[in-house]
Amino acid sequence: MISQQVIQDTAYDIMGRAAIDIPPDYRSGVEFMIEKEDGLSKFVLQTMMENWDAATEDRRPMCADSGLPRYYVKVGNEAQYEGGPIGIEHALREATARATHDIPLRPNRVHPLWRTDHNNNVGINAPEIDWSFEPDADWIDITTVHKGGLFGTDYRMLFPGDGIDGIKRFFLDTLLSYGKRGLACQPAIVGIGLGGSKDTTMVLGKQAACLRVVGDRNPDPKISELELELKELGNSIGMGAMGFSGKSMVSDCHIEVGYTHTGGMPMSVHMFCLSSRRATARLFADGRVEYRTDPQWFTPYMRRETTSWQN
Amino acid sequence: MAELSEGQKVVRLQVPVSHDDIKDLEIGTVVYLDGVIYTGREGVYKRVIEDGHEIPLDLPAVSNANFHCSPAAAIEPDGSYNVGGVTATASFRFAKWMQRWFELSGAKIIIGKGGMSSSDYRELFVPAGAIYLTTVGYGTGALLGRGIRKVRQVEWFEELGNAQAMWVFEVENFGPFIVDSDLDGNSLFEQQAEQVNKNIESLYQGLKKPALSRYGETDDRNDELI
Ligand code: SF4
Repeated sequence: MISQQVIQDTAYDIMGRAAIDIPPDYRSGVEFMIEKEDGLSKFVLQTMMENWDAATEDRRPMCADSGLPRYYVKVGNEAQYEGGPIGIEHALREATARATHDIPLRPNRVHPLWRTDHNNNVGINAPEIDWSFEPDADWIDITTVHKGGLFGTDYRMLFPGDGIDGIKRFFLDTLLSYGKRGLACQPAIVGIGLGGSKDTTMVLGKQAACLRVVGDRNPDPKISELELELKELGNSIGMGAMGFSGKSMVSDCHIEVGYTHTGGMPMSVHMFCLSSRRATARLFADGRVEYRTDPQWFTPYMRRETTSWQN
Repeated sequence: MAELSEGQKVVRLQVPVSHDDIKDLEIGTVVYLDGVIYTGREGVYKRVIEDGHEIPLDLPAVSNANFHCSPAAAIEPDGSYNVGGVTATASFRFAKWMQRWFELSGAKIIIGKGGMSSSDYRELFVPAGAIYLTTVGYGTGALLGRGIRKVRQVEWFEELGNAQAMWVFEVENFGPFIVDSDLDGNSLFEQQAEQVNKNIESLYQGLKKPALSRYGETDDRNDELI
């Protein structure tokens, strides 16, 4: 039985890890890019590395815009936990409020109309908690993502006839428009959602950006090829960090798909920024907790195609 | 400090700055600040300019550097402050208040993210004798947090909330920043965008347009969103 206390303490713990420590996959992606830059672009990326070091040494948030902290929970089908799903949601809201004060995070969450701020990143529909499930498992994975950025995300209804050209154009449109002046704080992990209902398109793209690590490839070889092609296309724009002339725009590109309306090909683009903040913990039935930075969100079960599931 | 390429200039300025301190600064120069700076964004601008409240600080005597940001900070039960970091927010949204703000505050340095348009520089900044410094990256919250020596005061915390309140910081070796706009209104971002724009046409070559257009859609990708 996984206890309420362990759930809350772990959720609190990963808040700090996400806000402070840059995930190693993203960091080495940028390290690799520095080699290809010079002048101001190089200075910017080197300063970012220093910033990550300062954050980890001082235990302070890497970016003071601590984004919109939220959770992704994957529950093993055999997992036993105290308090049920309501208990988990309560623990995550509690952890968000505590971590916001203690780290401290910026209490970014306000009412959209009245701008009221509870100063703890908790409110109506905040933090978001996304659920998924895993067969033959008795653990719970909790991931937190603090995605920043008022900029860098867009949605468009494309049609099957628009084809790969349409995808490439919309990809370029989004990168160019939000890359100028570095509004999206690139180099970014670019997530693309293709298909599904419109809301699914957005969710898949966001998850592709935030829940897959640099270097990870979609298991469909053709999609994986397209990921690499788009990454290269993005880096050939001639734009780097802060929109300065450079080559560092896309540290990786991830595509996730969902079956969609036969007449449409909706697409979304999301850019996970220089503060690609994510942290995951696995809570085992015996009370053990293991931490990591790869959420392993998109399991084969998540991407299943048919009515039943066989391992 | 990050390695600077040859010819890259670095300066350290004491705030409040004088006209002489900033008159020779060139775009692209790296800047570090010492002294006092304050945060002010839409919440503060609205309260002062639209609602007519007095600025609760003696500006520009205390400081003439306005940072467009909110800190990741908390006030402890004993009244002390815990400042984790500071990161700029995008400045272009504040253009409509800047003229009046320059008049009321005497600001000579605006610090933020992404700069403003060159017409804003010419029409608002040049007459006010002000320059624009952009943060680097932009997510250098931890490095900037290190440069904050002390929270001097926080104004309008109750009224505006943590993120929009006016925070006054004593800073030391606070940076790095890059000069985006000098006293003549030149813009580094626009200069760099021109470079980038040269390549755009070739990127789109051979890619056919989608069947359904969107209102206001343009083919001129030299345009900016701001
Ligand atoms: S986009 Fe990312 S790096 Fe940039 S300010 Fe926001 S959270 Fe920080």
